[in-house]
Amino acid sequence: MSVLIDRLSRIVGARHCLASAEELFVYECDGLTLDPVRPVAVVLPADAAEVSGVVRVCSELGHPVVPRGAGTGLSGGAQPIEGSVVVECSRMDRILEIRPEDRVAVVQPGVINAELSTAVAELGLFYAPDPSSEQVCTIGGNVAENSGGPHTLKYGTTTNHVLALELVQSDGERLRLGSRAGRSREFDLVGVVVGSEGTLGIVTEISVRLSPIPEGVETLLAIFDDTVSACRAVGSIIRSGLIPAALEIIDQRTINAVEDSVYRAGLPRDAGAVLIAEVDGAPCSLPGEVERIGECAREAGARECRVARDEAERARFWRARKGAFGAMGRLAPDLYVHDAVVPRARLPEVLEKICEIGDRYQLTLSNVFHAGDGNLHPNISFDRRNAEEVERVIAAGREILETCVAAGGVITGEHGIGVEKRDYMKLVFEDEDLLPMLYVRDAFDPERVFNPTKIFPTTRFCFESNPRARGYDRVPFK
Amino acid sequence: MGERKHSSGGLPDSLYQGTLDCVHCGLCLSACPTYRVTGQEIASPRGRIYLMRGVAEGRIELGSGLAQESRLCLGCRACETACPAGVGYGALLEATRSVVARERIDWGIFQRIERMVLRQWVPRPRRLHWALSLLRAFQGLKLDRLAARWLPRNLSGALELAPRVPPASSRRRLPAQTPARGERRGCVAFLEGCVMPELFGDVNRASVELLSRQGFEVLVPEAQGCCGALQAHAGDLETAHALASKNAAAFDALDVDAIVVNSAGCGAALRECEGWIGAAGERTASRVRDISEFLDEVGLRGPLGRVSLRLAYDDPCHLIHAQGVAEAPRRLLKAIPGIDLVEHAEASACCGAAGTYNLAQPEMARAVLDRKLDHLLAAAPECVATGNPGCLMQIASGLARRGSAIRVLHPVEILLEACRGASETQR
Repeated sequence: MSVLIDRLSRIVGARHCLASAEELFVYECDGLTLDPVRPVAVVLPADAAEVSGVVRVCSELGHPVVPRGAGTGLSGGAQPIEGSVVVECSRMDRILEIRPEDRVAVVQPGVINAELSTAVAELGLFYAPDPSSEQVCTIGGNVAENSGGPHTLKYGTTTNHVLALELVQSDGERLRLGSRAGRSREFDLVGVVVGSEGTLGIVTEISVRLSPIPEGVETLLAIFDDTVSACRAVGSIIRSGLIPAALEIIDQRTINAVEDSVYRAGLPRDAGAVLIAEVDGAPCSLPGEVERIGECAREAGARECRVARDEAERARFWRARKGAFGAMGRLAPDLYVHDAVVPRARLPEVLEKICEIGDRYQLTLSNVFHAGDGNLHPNISFDRRNAEEVERVIAAGREILETCVAAGGVITGEHGIGVEKRDYMKLVFEDEDLLPMLYVRDAFDPERVFNPTKIFPTTRFCFESNPRARGYDRVPFK
Repeated sequence: MGERKHSSGGLPDSLYQGTLDCVHCGLCLSACPTYRVTGQEIASPRGRIYLMRGVAEGRIELGSGLAQESRLCLGCRACETACPAGVGYGALLEATRSVVARERIDWGIFQRIERMVLRQWVPRPRRLHWALSLLRAFQGLKLDRLAARWLPRNLSGALELAPRVPPASSRRRLPAQTPARGERRGCVAFLEGCVMPELFGDVNRASVELLSRQGFEVLVPEAQGCCGALQAHAGDLETAHALASKNAAAFDALDVDAIVVNSAGCGAALRECEGWIGAAGERTASRVRDISEFLDEVGLRGPLGRVSLRLAYDDPCHLIHAQGVAEAPRRLLKAIPGIDLVEHAEASACCGAAGTYNLAQPEMARAVLDRKLDHLLAAAPECVATGNPGCLMQIASGLARRGSAIRVLHPVEILLEACRGASETQR
């Protein structure tokens, strides 16, 4: 072990190579706190050259590498693996270049999402993907998870905003993918890397697309007696042809937790649910759009609609929405944040079923979600010290996912598979479907150095035990 | 590092329960100055809470790792302002430090001297006065620089960072009673504090004059004194509780509209003394107001004279994060004709003073301060206003080291100038 620490220290410097019991202890999990695992070392490289050196050493000595941003991921993407070295990217936090005429910024992976938007605000630009953890999560982590956020509805997820990447591979070589100028004609390998959850390599430089700050923005708060009516309103807003910037639903339990917190925004505690609808664009078009959204909401049963009076109130609504997960800490020591997507038309019935599942397992379940995308986040509050309760949480989680899949949905919208959902992959994929993904991974990382136990089911595939059966041995690039 | 093992007396149960509020969401990370400097999870609030919980659950030993981390934390509590779950981090930190102190983990010469000074000298006005007179004489003869060469590094650093002690004339105590000027609006008690009268006697006198000019009678009970904040931050809760009890008794005897405090750190400690001494602190805690908050609540009585100044306001951590006061001082300063209040980046971030932190952790304190200075210099004000003695010294010494001419003042000094200016024009 000390050989590893010695060699890593020589690359990143002793103070950026962590190996004491306490230092490693706090890295044993990310935003997913179940099943913590301690790494053997954590390194904080300063640049791509150091990352490359670290990866070479780990490959040579046979230690898996787990890339990590701010550790806010909810599927365990940055959770260490037995014997692994965590590569923490927090020190690589420089914005390398801003080119307003191309609307491109080049950043290191440790740059904090919201701070990129702050840095380009005076140029009239912003970085569109805005996960709820935007004030702390890193662009590198967003690339790994293909993160979304409330404004995904209009602006798309991370993959729609990444133009080019630099990727350190398992042999330490640095690969450049994509082009800052836009699409080239080769395979879209940038698209492959975005959302690969750190299984293909470590991203050390990212060129992202910046968007112009919309001229006008209006945010409407529609207050409902129940979550299902709010979902119906979302359906009719989308059907009406509008493309709002965001459509978010917060249920009563979440409203109360947030209103108890520093992120309180004056949301009505007695409401069954609120819908936050935001429209942006040319100021002249906004009043009409707000009017139409209000009509849709009232038809679906909204008892009141109000428009944010000013920027301060609008900011408060969004802070409340984005602080919602953390605020659930008021209900119980742990929170299991689920993430699944269903076709919007099925939202009302799926939501009803999810609430029924929560009741049946006698769990505290709350819903705060990107309704416009059909991206649900059923959150279960629990206490990980209670083994019996944890079992119920996991069983309920499985049933929730099965319900979403049965409704034509998928098992993750933006949090990724990680370790959390790898065994649920078979709910949506047959072995045959997973095979091409494995081919791709092995093309990038044949030795399986990077995050090797993530994404793919732990139960062995038949073709893994007998590669010849499916032509697995004929992969040309292995 | 980490070689000395300590058997744990265990962390108190209240601390353990407090750690359970954290769901590990991480929204505190970017607010934490030490995380921003190191990038390390263990130097973040989330990591520290996780470590406390791990120790309490017996999953990891109570040892120098937790001791060192609890000392590396500035105690600025910016994480509390960011925390949606409302984790009471400040109290967790105090409890952890007190266990570390009780178990004497990594207990070196600095800790021993610090405890002695905070216990025996700081809360005793006469002793503190003589000690500082001695330091002033030393400074006059430049003996402090000589002594610095012979002392261990963090002690010599303490001498270098020590502010110039003002002459005895400005270190007089405040009068026990100051009448209201003009139409009387009420009566307040004022916390004189321990270090404030010695190093910032002028600010204390300015505060009393300002309150008096605003129509308030000001009482300074003799029995009041050091608030116990520095002792609590250093893990000496026993002394802190004793001091809080003494202050509570002194102030409970008075029938006043508010207990006005001009030092953010002391205000926070008094305001939270219920957590230390229970019901005995209730009445005091509920009546404490920072001077800016108090004047904002009652409303500044005009007219105000013109003070032409390009001014930056920097939030003391224990005012914005511990007491939740951010807008009041800004509103007051903006109300003065001629004041051009400029915003600098990260005004709510710690400057690195943090009580005795700049002495105990000079390297980190310097890194945190550098970030603050960069932002201040970028905004290029003529003057910085901040309402806490530690911050006043830290920012002033940092700016001086960078060769900047920017002055650092307590907001009351500017407010008083405006009040005085108006009465002069009237005359």
